[in-house]
Amino acid sequence: MLSVEHLFASGRLASASSSFWSDSGGKLGGALIAVAVFAAVIGLLMFFADHAPKRNRDFIQLILFVLPALVLLSVGLVWPAVQTVWQSFTDDNGKFIAFENFVTIATDPTMRRVLINTLVWVALVPTLSSSIGLAYAVFIDKSKGEKLLKSLVFMPMAISFVGASIIWGFMYTYRAPAFPQIGFLNQLLVWAGLPSQQFTASSPMNTFYLIIIMVWIQTGFAMVIFSAAIKGVPGELNEAAALDGANAWQRFWNVTVPWIRGSIVVVVTTITIATLKVFDIVRTVTGGQFNTSVVANEMYSRAFRLGQPSLGAALAVVLFLMVFPIIMYNVRTLRRYKEAH
Amino acid sequence: MKRRITLPFAAIAVSGLLLAGCSSNDTPATSSATDGGSTDAMPAGCEAYAAYGVHEGDSVEVYATIQGQEADDLVTSFADFENCTGVTVNYVGTQEFETQINVRVEGGDAPDLAIFPQPGLLSRIVATGSVVGAPAAVETNVDQFWSESWKQYGTVDGTFYAAPLMASVKGWVWYSPTDFAAKGYEVPATWDDMMALTEKMAADGKDNAQYRPWCVGFESGDATGWAGTDWIEDIVLRQAGADNYDKWVSGDLKFNSPEIIKAFDTFGDIAKDPAFVNGGFGGPESIVSTSFNDGGLPILDSNCSMHHQASFYEAQWPEGTDVSENGDVWAFITPKMKASDPDAVTGGGEFVAAFNSDPATVALQTFMSSDTWANTRVSLGGVISANKGLDPNNASSAIGKASIEILQGQDTIFRFDASDLMPGVVGAASFWTGISDWVVSSKDTQQTVEFIDSTWPTS
Repeated sequence: MLSVEHLFASGRLASASSSFWSDSGGKLGGALIAVAVFAAVIGLLMFFADHAPKRNRDFIQLILFVLPALVLLSVGLVWPAVQTVWQSFTDDNGKFIAFENFVTIATDPTMRRVLINTLVWVALVPTLSSSIGLAYAVFIDKSKGEKLLKSLVFMPMAISFVGASIIWGFMYTYRAPAFPQIGFLNQLLVWAGLPSQQFTASSPMNTFYLIIIMVWIQTGFAMVIFSAAIKGVPGELNEAAALDGANAWQRFWNVTVPWIRGSIVVVVTTITIATLKVFDIVRTVTGGQFNTSVVANEMYSRAFRLGQPSLGAALAVVLFLMVFPIIMYNVRTLRRYKEAH
Repeated sequence: MKRRITLPFAAIAVSGLLLAGCSSNDTPATSSATDGGSTDAMPAGCEAYAAYGVHEGDSVEVYATIQGQEADDLVTSFADFENCTGVTVNYVGTQEFETQINVRVEGGDAPDLAIFPQPGLLSRIVATGSVVGAPAAVETNVDQFWSESWKQYGTVDGTFYAAPLMASVKGWVWYSPTDFAAKGYEVPATWDDMMALTEKMAADGKDNAQYRPWCVGFESGDATGWAGTDWIEDIVLRQAGADNYDKWVSGDLKFNSPEIIKAFDTFGDIAKDPAFVNGGFGGPESIVSTSFNDGGLPILDSNCSMHHQASFYEAQWPEGTDVSENGDVWAFITPKMKASDPDAVTGGGEFVAAFNSDPATVALQTFMSSDTWANTRVSLGGVISANKGLDPNNASSAIGKASIEILQGQDTIFRFDASDLMPGVVGAASFWTGISDWVVSSKDTQQTVEFIDSTWPTS
């Protein structure tokens, strides 16, 4: 009996492993075919562009090279965007309901909480990470271990949002005061004689604990850009200001900050856009529960998990409307900054 | 000039060779099954299949969510059928089943057979008018091999469409038989017995500051709380009865009704009492931060004695744990309220519906509803079925065997996991978040049921 079962089991194993190889062989083959087809198409395109009639060669070449990008952009970006906007004005059966989804977003208590949370994120993350990053960059500028000090703060940038969220999830892990702690922060509290805290489950403070994760990541980004910008401030400007009797504080505000204004705009807007779109941190740590959901997370849940695609589309439109002015501002300031220099 | 022309052509020629080389590697999905069986295609082995007739050259497409090892086992379970009837079974498994089945039906490209993972989806597709009623042979099999409640889940508006296939059982209470024996505890027969046992355990264990009778874990990412909904469902089915359970699922019985509020309060007697939960982790407030994976593990450290979780929790015990009736861990079904109540369990299951009445389709559909198929598939391991013709000894695990025996019980009332049947915004969102907020006491029972009712879709 045992040997029969054994034979059976090993046979099963063999067939499973052989199907694994044929499966992955098929998938690998598929990938190679795709690459080969792509190479062939590009090759043909290049070939014809190269051999286009002399008279309109520039124009034909322009069309041939721009066309694939335009087609892909319209198929992959413009058309879905139009579809999403249309869907946000319909119900889940495709019936036109005008602004009903947006009214829901503005009036439903759960949704209002989502909007408020997003505004809290946008208010705190860019200001905190930019100011901490700037202060740090100024303090360590030309100091002894500058490179080491910089990499310490920059390192979190190398960690994905999900990875960082899992790390901080462990930092925040809760056990009741009398029980052995496994979360770092709660262990510190217990050592200090304080009761342990439900960091991620107690609203509204849990949103701030999530924000700390993003600040931790983005401060490094802000610091590196600011540090490079500060190095670009001409030394003679500072010297002149010092000769005029300006102290360090005054020099910082009247010389350094105006000089690096362009970098400040880039950093603040980039972080603001990233913050508006924040999804990974909320989803990984709380899944949007305990009143921590933000627009991007709610959009995903509604559209793909809860069978409310049109409400999800409306949230996507709201998110787009929030990001759009910032991008406009970013582009315009950068252009003006470029013209001025 | 000449070289510039040849180079791109050479490149294309090479990629063409690559294409040819790769395409020959592709093998049709069904070949493993047919190859494996062709050697033992003897007439002697085909007696059980004589009733299905011979349909040489016909093929049937089966479309479902099942993937990986389970899909391989499913294909293997058709091997003898294919050899004896000459039918080729094309199995197509996809994670996108729930959306793709709509697309395929609307596009006029419906499969021959589809395995529906839950009855709600079946009735939505039946509403499109493309599903055909179950053939007489299938209905005969189902009448013979399944209980009435299973048949009802395959019935839409009085017409029987789909035979059940595989099943799962929820509502197990995991415990340690060795620990129970050492302390003289007995498996409770009723809910009151279980509460009395809980109090006795709490009194016996008060010397260990970490010990509580129960351990509970709700944490599961964005699905945090589902473990709690399983508790409520088990209580509603046992306390309010199957009829009220069905009304609750369909939205006719509100969360804000005496039956459901009583179920929350009954669960609260355990889950909100700091003397009863949460062994090894803390008090009731620690339930939401304890992952459902870790939830029952303190049983092994003697920090708790009981843990409510589905049969799949068997896989969570560390390697080397003896999962058996007298071993390190085992499970009993959540007890009924009174000893005189009928046996009732919650769980899940799958249903096979056909989109046409071709003879080969009917033959395969009938085969899948038979005891022969159930025994063949369950013997391959990993799954169970509620088919009464199934020999429980064919199950690959002890808890699987026990689950089959419960499902086959003469008068066992079976009900689908309610949160799976409710609209997504309730069953996969507000019911989860509601019970999480409830268990940490940021909402009381009244606020919780009102909140969940407020999210129920109006249309």
